[in-house]
Amino acid sequence: MENNYLLSFLILAPLAGSIILLFFGKDKENLVRYFGLFVSVLAFIISLVLFFNYDLTKGGFQFVEKFDWIQNLHISYNVGIDGISLLLVMLTTFLTPLTLLSSWKSIKHNVKEFTFFMLLLEVGMLGVFIALDLFLFYVFWEAMLIPMYFIIGIWGGDNRIYASVKFFLYTMFGSLLMLVAIVWLAVYASSSLGHFSTNLLELYSIGPTIQANIQEWMFLAFALSFAIKVPLFPLHTWLPDAHVQAPTAGSVILAGVLLKMGTYGLLRFCLPLFPQASIHFAPYISVLAIIGIIYGALVAMVQKDMKKLVAYSSVAHLGFVVLGIFAMTPEAVQGAVIQMINHGLSTGALFLLVGVVYDRTHTREISEYGGIARVVPVFATFFMIASLSSIGLPGLNGFVGEFLILIGSFKSPVLNSWWYTVFAASGVIFAAVYLLWMYQRVFFGEVKNPKMSTLTDMNNREIFVLASIFLFIVWIGIYPGTFLKVSAKSTQSIIEQVLPNKIIGMK
Amino acid sequence: MIQLIYLTVLLPFLGFLINGLFGRKISRLGGSASGGKNEKIIGIIGSGAIGLSFLIVIGAFIQTLALPAENRQTIVNLFTWIQAGGLNISVAYQVDQLSLIMALVVTGVGFIIHVYSIGYMHGDKAFWRFFSYLNLFIFAMMNLILSDNFVLLFLGWEGVGLCSYLLIGFWYDRKFEKSSTSDAAKKAFIVNRIGDFGFLLGMFLIYLTFGSLNFNEVFSRINALNIPSSTFNFIALFLFIGATGKSAQIPLYIWLPDAMAGPTPVSALIHAATMVTAGVYMVARCSIIYASAPAIMTVVAVVGVLTAMFAATIGLVQNDIKKVLAYSTISQLGYMFLALGVGAFSAGIFHVMTHAFFKALLFLGAGSVIHAMHDEQNIQQYGGLKKYMPVTYLTFLAASLAISGIPPFAGFFSKDEILWYSFANGNFLYWLIGAITALMTAFYMFRLVYLTFEGKERFGHDKHPHESPKIMTVPLMILAVLSVIGGFIGIPELFSGANGNAFENWLEPVFANAQSRLMIYGTHSHFEEILLMSVTVIGAALSIWYARYLYIHNTQKPAVYAQKFKGIYNLLFNKYFVDEAYEKTVVKPIVVGSEKLLWKITDAGLIDGIVNGTASIIGYVSAKIRKVQTGVAQSYALVMMLGIVTALFWLILSL
Repeated sequence: MENNYLLSFLILAPLAGSIILLFFGKDKENLVRYFGLFVSVLAFIISLVLFFNYDLTKGGFQFVEKFDWIQNLHISYNVGIDGISLLLVMLTTFLTPLTLLSSWKSIKHNVKEFTFFMLLLEVGMLGVFIALDLFLFYVFWEAMLIPMYFIIGIWGGDNRIYASVKFFLYTMFGSLLMLVAIVWLAVYASSSLGHFSTNLLELYSIGPTIQANIQEWMFLAFALSFAIKVPLFPLHTWLPDAHVQAPTAGSVILAGVLLKMGTYGLLRFCLPLFPQASIHFAPYISVLAIIGIIYGALVAMVQKDMKKLVAYSSVAHLGFVVLGIFAMTPEAVQGAVIQMINHGLSTGALFLLVGVVYDRTHTREISEYGGIARVVPVFATFFMIASLSSIGLPGLNGFVGEFLILIGSFKSPVLNSWWYTVFAASGVIFAAVYLLWMYQRVFFGEVKNPKMSTLTDMNNREIFVLASIFLFIVWIGIYPGTFLKVSAKSTQSIIEQVLPNKIIGMK
Repeated sequence: MIQLIYLTVLLPFLGFLINGLFGRKISRLGGSASGGKNEKIIGIIGSGAIGLSFLIVIGAFIQTLALPAENRQTIVNLFTWIQAGGLNISVAYQVDQLSLIMALVVTGVGFIIHVYSIGYMHGDKAFWRFFSYLNLFIFAMMNLILSDNFVLLFLGWEGVGLCSYLLIGFWYDRKFEKSSTSDAAKKAFIVNRIGDFGFLLGMFLIYLTFGSLNFNEVFSRINALNIPSSTFNFIALFLFIGATGKSAQIPLYIWLPDAMAGPTPVSALIHAATMVTAGVYMVARCSIIYASAPAIMTVVAVVGVLTAMFAATIGLVQNDIKKVLAYSTISQLGYMFLALGVGAFSAGIFHVMTHAFFKALLFLGAGSVIHAMHDEQNIQQYGGLKKYMPVTYLTFLAASLAISGIPPFAGFFSKDEILWYSFANGNFLYWLIGAITALMTAFYMFRLVYLTFEGKERFGHDKHPHESPKIMTVPLMILAVLSVIGGFIGIPELFSGANGNAFENWLEPVFANAQSRLMIYGTHSHFEEILLMSVTVIGAALSIWYARYLYIHNTQKPAVYAQKFKGIYNLLFNKYFVDEAYEKTVVKPIVVGSEKLLWKITDAGLIDGIVNGTASIIGYVSAKIRKVQTGVAQSYALVMMLGIVTALFWLILSL
């Protein structure tokens, strides 16, 4: 299946779609909606083809394409996917059509522009996950900021300008340091390759040869950029603002995919390029991750706004993912990868659900609600399942990821202490606290607010969107093998790149 | 039948799905007039799923009985659940002596309670939802007891917790005591999660130590590997923390009394007969680990005996019929842990079984009374009910005699066995506290019986007590029979002679390794056994007599005593103020600290302060610098000149 340009088709579909959209009439709103949906579904179908044709027995990067781009600098258009990026590509192409469907009614003005930016966003995200050239990666990484900036800034809430600028500046700040590091790395490569190189696969063999103290600086430059995106405590304060102000679709993509670009970056670049530095910094980053788990949960607990609560819960969940990555055991890293998907599904579902009632009531204040389980039973059931998934109830997806991360970090030779896991596992308790408390205040008791007694339950479109997500929430919960298998070889090879001399998987 | 054991998990799950997805539709079939008939359909689906499972368990039991004693373990492997690195978790069920006993109790008592619920929940708006949750509970519980590994057990463990949560809060718009049913539900889930945290750590340490989480693999490696005793201590302790959550032991028992906010069949099934014994089952399943951690065995025994006593004292003065039973459950669970702690594993399981019979019966009886009294639960508002509801009375009496340890009722055999082992394997103090608790048990139970069924009627004329319908009384009768004769399968060697205790013999292979590790050699005589037994039986009889004296013949006295010992009475009545203490020392500080210190100060103040501060400094500086760009060409020229001059100077100086 080599060189059939599938990956190029994958990003060309939404790119071409967004350009074609520009020629649509402004008043043809429904046509625009259907066309956007069609294009995003097309991308999903292409990713399904990728999924079924990816050779699990071989592992490694497949569907690789490489064309010279800037010849003098040896920069090329170089794309390919391994198991990890395949899963994230699937997540992206899966969530995009669902978010478009979810905003069918809630985005009323500038539908064309909205759809245009959403498709462009998809291009950027997919590009990040498939780029095998650091320069190309950087282009996508930055390009994706622009549509997100506009989505928050145009279709956001009352305080959207502050939120979108904060989001933009925070992320730009990190990116600039990364750019410096990329250039340094490319120059350094020329000493052994004889030419400037941003080719990731070439750099994989060069990175580890960098002297330890320089490696540490390089690592930090990359990691800072990724840590902001994750976001790792204490770089997380852009997230609650961005989420609260973003429209539902923006929040879903932000939480579902954008945050994963940070953890993906750590896994794809930081660990294999700078193995010694990664091991050196693993304890520190893990501590920050664990602070994030507990801190995020505690702050989530006392939020008054549903969306803000879910936003802070992301800080906690992503803390688990980062811990898993830096534990560097097969269990933990596999857990981290599946947890990236899980978080996209369960937090995506929670944001969609908050959006469902927000569309009807135009409030997200928890105290405005109460007792609506009786009024909107279907909605209440869906919200319960999404919460349970996020809490990590065994049988649903969240448990598989958290369990693997925790059990993997417990035996991690890099962290080499129980305490990381002990503290991280306490997050399991807090997750139950903040979600069930919110659930109780929103759904149980008697209806006090007369506005809430006339709420209408979810319609078929909304049910379809959420049911599609729940299919995978249950699937991963009961039979995660389908997905764990996909990334097994790739995570193993990353661990081997970082810990070549240690015996993997055994203590 | 053994190979079909997975059906006992699958059928309840199907029941859950059918009633959960279509229950609302079914209950609306044919308009509102056919409500009763539709309830029947839902009830039959729900109960039928459990009834069929029960039959399959019986089949598996008979088949296993036919196998030679050392060959009675069968693993039914279904599929791989979680596989990563060296970790390999299957969905696989283990049929052996221990899991079969538990499965018989869960599906058997579970079936009876399902049938009872058809009557009890009649007319409820969400009848279908109740049955779907109840089925989901049995599904989770069967996973818990049949699992062949820790992780699937944990799935059941958390699953039953979820169902407990859903069912405690079943009437989610009702008030419960000072708060609401949903508060009680949330409390149950969160306190259980604290226990689960311990359970998780236990699993992690087991995996680190043994490289597996499969029961057979772990247990068989215990002798092969050279493992320091501190590791065993940690594993045993972590797992026990989990058990204290699920089985309501000190310090995590606080959720169980509140769990009474749920419908009464739920209290019977989940919060008395089955789920709360999960901790006992789990410790018994890991008997070999506990036998390798003697220090933690002592912890288990001490926590058990103290909980037994502590909860019983509270039970003495409560006025809510379900509250009394709830504290009694905590107390009886304490006995079970006492048994485990002194290495009498099969005695602990024996008590799990008999307790399931009589405590389910007590709760269902209480439900029948509550039904008759139109949701009144205060026993001070009852009195003289026996003439209105003879079946409920007689069956309740049988259960009360059983829990009081009066021979030959079921509770006598199991409780006596525990007390005997607490002395023989443990020490005199265990026995003494256990025996005093037994006397208190007899007292508070008969206080309940007399205040409810005998004496003067203390309820208003608006109440018209009546016997419950057959669909509720027949289950009571079946459980009454079990409460009377259920103990005969565990007649102690003292009476049965050379054949020994049949129940103990049946479980012997499961606990053989643990027993040989503990190496307890009984040096006590039959005379001692008879002596101790007589003391508790006579003491229990005297307690019953004293309860009669106080609550039938001298009804003014309890109030007088309450006044006289006001301090103690208040302390007991308010449950030692433990809830209040937890609220003040744990809950409040965390909530307030998170809001003020973490959110307002750290997040919004400090971190955002730095971020926004940096931004405004840059903004401020840029605003100043911007002024330089005046658009006047002359000033640009001036600056340019200055620059050139500076550069030149620098060049000259550096030469």
